[in-house]
Amino acid sequence: MNFLRKQLDNLKRPFAKGEKWERFAPAINAFDTFLFVPNHTTAKGAHIRDAVDLKRTMVTVIIALLPALFYGIYNTGYQHFIQVGEPFTFLEAFLHGAFKIVPMIIVSYVVGLTIEFAFAVYRGHEVNEGYLVTGMLIPMIMPVDIPLWMVAISVAFAVLIAKEAFGGTGMNILNPALTARAFAFFAYPTYMSGNKVWVSEATNVDAISGETILGTLAAGQQVNYSMFEMFQGAIPGSIAETSTLWILVGALILIATGVGSWRIMVGGVIGAAVMGFLFNLWGANALMSFNWMNHLVVGGFAFGIVFMATDPVSAAQTTQGKWIYGILVGVFCILIRVFNPAYPEGVMLAILLMNVFAPTIDHYVIQSNINKRKKRWAATQLKTA
Amino acid sequence: MSKGIRTRKGATIALNGEAEKIIKEYESSPSFALQPDDFFALTPKLLVKEGATVKKGEAVFFDKNNPAIQFVAPVSGQLTQIQRGAKRKIEALIFSPKGGDVVQHKTSNWEKIERQEAIELLLNSGHWPFISQRPYGTIADPSASPKALFISTYASAPLDVDFDFLLKNNKEHFQTGIHFLRKLVPDIFLSVDASFSGFFENIEGAKIVPVKGPHPAGNLSVQIHHLAPLNMGEVAWTIRPEDVVNIGLFLEKGVYSSQRTVAVAGSAVGAPQYFKTTIGAQLGGILDLAEVQKDQYNRIINGDVLTGKATHENAHLGYFNNLVSVIPEGNQYRMFGWLPFVDNHIPSLSKTSLSWLFGRKKFDVDTNLNGEERALVVTGEMEDVFPMQIFPMQLIKACMIGDIEKMEALGIYEVVPEDFGLVDYANTSKIEAQEIIRNALALMIKEVG
Repeated sequence: MNFLRKQLDNLKRPFAKGEKWERFAPAINAFDTFLFVPNHTTAKGAHIRDAVDLKRTMVTVIIALLPALFYGIYNTGYQHFIQVGEPFTFLEAFLHGAFKIVPMIIVSYVVGLTIEFAFAVYRGHEVNEGYLVTGMLIPMIMPVDIPLWMVAISVAFAVLIAKEAFGGTGMNILNPALTARAFAFFAYPTYMSGNKVWVSEATNVDAISGETILGTLAAGQQVNYSMFEMFQGAIPGSIAETSTLWILVGALILIATGVGSWRIMVGGVIGAAVMGFLFNLWGANALMSFNWMNHLVVGGFAFGIVFMATDPVSAAQTTQGKWIYGILVGVFCILIRVFNPAYPEGVMLAILLMNVFAPTIDHYVIQSNINKRKKRWAATQLKTA
Repeated sequence: MSKGIRTRKGATIALNGEAEKIIKEYESSPSFALQPDDFFALTPKLLVKEGATVKKGEAVFFDKNNPAIQFVAPVSGQLTQIQRGAKRKIEALIFSPKGGDVVQHKTSNWEKIERQEAIELLLNSGHWPFISQRPYGTIADPSASPKALFISTYASAPLDVDFDFLLKNNKEHFQTGIHFLRKLVPDIFLSVDASFSGFFENIEGAKIVPVKGPHPAGNLSVQIHHLAPLNMGEVAWTIRPEDVVNIGLFLEKGVYSSQRTVAVAGSAVGAPQYFKTTIGAQLGGILDLAEVQKDQYNRIINGDVLTGKATHENAHLGYFNNLVSVIPEGNQYRMFGWLPFVDNHIPSLSKTSLSWLFGRKKFDVDTNLNGEERALVVTGEMEDVFPMQIFPMQLIKACMIGDIEKMEALGIYEVVPEDFGLVDYANTSKIEAQEIIRNALALMIKEVG
C-alpha cells in the first residue's frame, strides 16, 4: 500500500498547484481518490466527519443495481434462445447476454465519464460520482439490440443537456438516465418500441413473438404469461427492468442503507395500486381490466420507482414532498399506460413529468412552514399592539 | 416543573476519553488571554496599551458598536502582548499574572437594586459579556427587552461536561446568580437533563425544563424553539451555567469573577478529567496534567468536536468553553475506504456503514474529512439531525446565495452556527454548514442589524 501511495504521489506531482498540469488536477484526483480516501483533514466547521461520502453512497446504489443487472444479462440470453428455439444452458444464456450488454455499459461509461471529466477540468471542480450510477442505469433501461452509437448519442445528450447545462451534479431538474432513454425513445422510435426490439437478434427470426406485455395489452391481445413469470422476470422487455424479484432485492438494499427514499417507493406503489384498482372497477378495455397487482410487476414500473424516481436530486426533497411525489409518479404511470396506448410504458414519462413538478411540490411544503412562522409572528404583533 | 422537551432527531456520538469526575485546581498558568474572536461579530477598541499594568477586573477594551460593554482583565498583572492578525485585527490580549490588585465593586445591596442598576453593575464590572442574545448569538444588547433568559445545563455534545458535577461546589452561587438575573428578564428557563437533573431541580426563580433527546437537544436554539420560538424582532438572552455562578461569586465578593472549570477529554488524553482554572488560562499546563499523548499530531479544540475552535497547546482557553477536546489528526490515506460497509471503526449515522452493528459502543475518532466536498445530492439526512421545524438544507441554500428575505422566512433568527454541527458531521457532500450559517448571520447583522 505504501509503495502504491508513493507511486501515486510521484505521478501527481505535475498536477499540483502552480505546476504545469494544474488544470487537469480533477482528472488525476478522480483516479487517486478511487484508490484511496484522501488524507484531507477538517479545516473549518465540525472537526470530525461521518464515514459516508458521495462515493460510498453511489457505490451502494450500484451494488443495489447488480442483482437486476445480472438477471437482465441472463434473461437476454434466455429470451433469445427460447425464441429461436435452440437448446441452451444457463452459462450460454448468460454469456450471450453479457456479450450484448457489457459493450453497452462500456460505451455508456466511456462517453459519459469523458464529458464529466471535461466539465470538471473546465469548471475546476472535482469529478462528481453521480455518473457512476447514471452510466450503469442507461444501458439497463435500453432494449438489447439498440446500436452502440445510439447509446453513445443518448448518453451525450443526457449528460450535456439534462445535467451539465443546468450546472452539473446536484443541479439537474430531470433524471439524466431517463432523459437518455426519452431521447432515444423519441429520436429512434423504431429501435425503442414494437415487437422486434425486445429480444436479442429478433430481426433475424421471422416468427418472433417478442412483444412486451404492455405492448400486447395496448394492441388489445391476450397475455400468455403467468403472474409468477412476470414477477420473476422471464419476459421480454428492456434489459434489466423485467425482474420485479431482483429489483425488490435492490430496493431492500437501498432502503436498508437509507440511500433510497422508502417514502417515494411506498408512495409510488400506493399510487399505482390505487389507480390500477380504480381502472379495474371501470374495466372498459383490456388495459383497464388488467389486474392492478399485475400492473405493479410488469413493465418498467418497479425499476423506475426503485431506481429512477428515488434519484434525490430530481425527486422532491422534503419529507412530505417525497410522499406526494411518489404517489403521483404511481398514479401518472398507470394513467399513461391505460389512456395512451402509443406509449405502452408510462413510468418513464410519469417520472420525468414529476421531476419537473418536484420543485413545485417542495415549494408548497416549504411555504406552509414559512406561513406557520409568519402566523406565529403575526400573533405576537397582535398581542403587543 | 414544566412538562419538558422531548426530541427524537439528532444523534449522540459516543466517543472514548470522557472526562473522569475529578476536579483538579490549576492556578499556575504562566499567562492568560482574552480573545475577541470568542464573541461573534465583536470589534474591540483598546483602552490600555501593550505593557500596561492592569488590575483584575479593570477594563481593557470595549465593544466599538456598543461602548457600554466592557471587557476586563481576568487576572491582575501586566498586559504583555497584543497579538494581531491580518489588517492589524486584534487576535488576543496576553496577560502575565502578578500581584493581587483587584477592582472592588459595591455589591452588598444587590437584592434591593432595580433592573437598570443591575444592568449597569454587570456592565461596569465586566460580567456583561457572559450574557448572549438571540438572534445571531452575539453579546446581549443591554438596551433590549428580552422575552426570557435561557440556560441549558443539559450538555449533549460529544464528550460534553456534566454541569451538576462541574458546579457542585457552587450551588449557592448559582442560586444567587439566578435571583439576580431574574431582575433583568421576565422569565428564566433552566433546562436540565430529564434523566438526572441534580441540584438544578431545586433552584428557585427559574422555570425548570427537563430535556430528553439526542444531541443537539442540549443546544439552546432547540430548547428556545420548543419553549418560546423567536419571532422576527424578538430577543432572547442566554447565559452559560458557570457564568451564572461567576455572577453569584461576584455578588458575594464584589470582585470580578472569572472562574472556569474545564473538562479535558478525548481519545488523545491519557487522564481525562476536570480542571478548575481561570478564563483564558494557557492550555499547555492543563494538557500536560491531563497527560495528552505527545507522540502523534493532535487536534486541540476549544469546545466540543462538532462546534469548537481548533487551537494549539501554546494557545489559551476560550472565554466560554467548559470543554477542551483533544483527538488525533487524521491525515492518513485509507485504501478503498469509500467502499460501503468497510472501516466500521469510524462512527457513521449512515447505514452504508456497519458501525452501528459491529462498531464498539464508544468510538475513537480523528479529524479526517472521510471524503471530499461535493455538490449537494442526498436529501433528508440534514433533517434527521435537526430537531426543529426548520428546513435546514433550504436554509443553507438561501444563506449560500445571501437571500435575506428567504433566510428570514426559513427561520434564520432561530439558529446559530452550533446547531449545524451535526449537519456538518452527517452530510454526505461534506458541506461546511456552520461556516455558511456564520457568514449568513454576519450578513444579517450588517444588512438588517
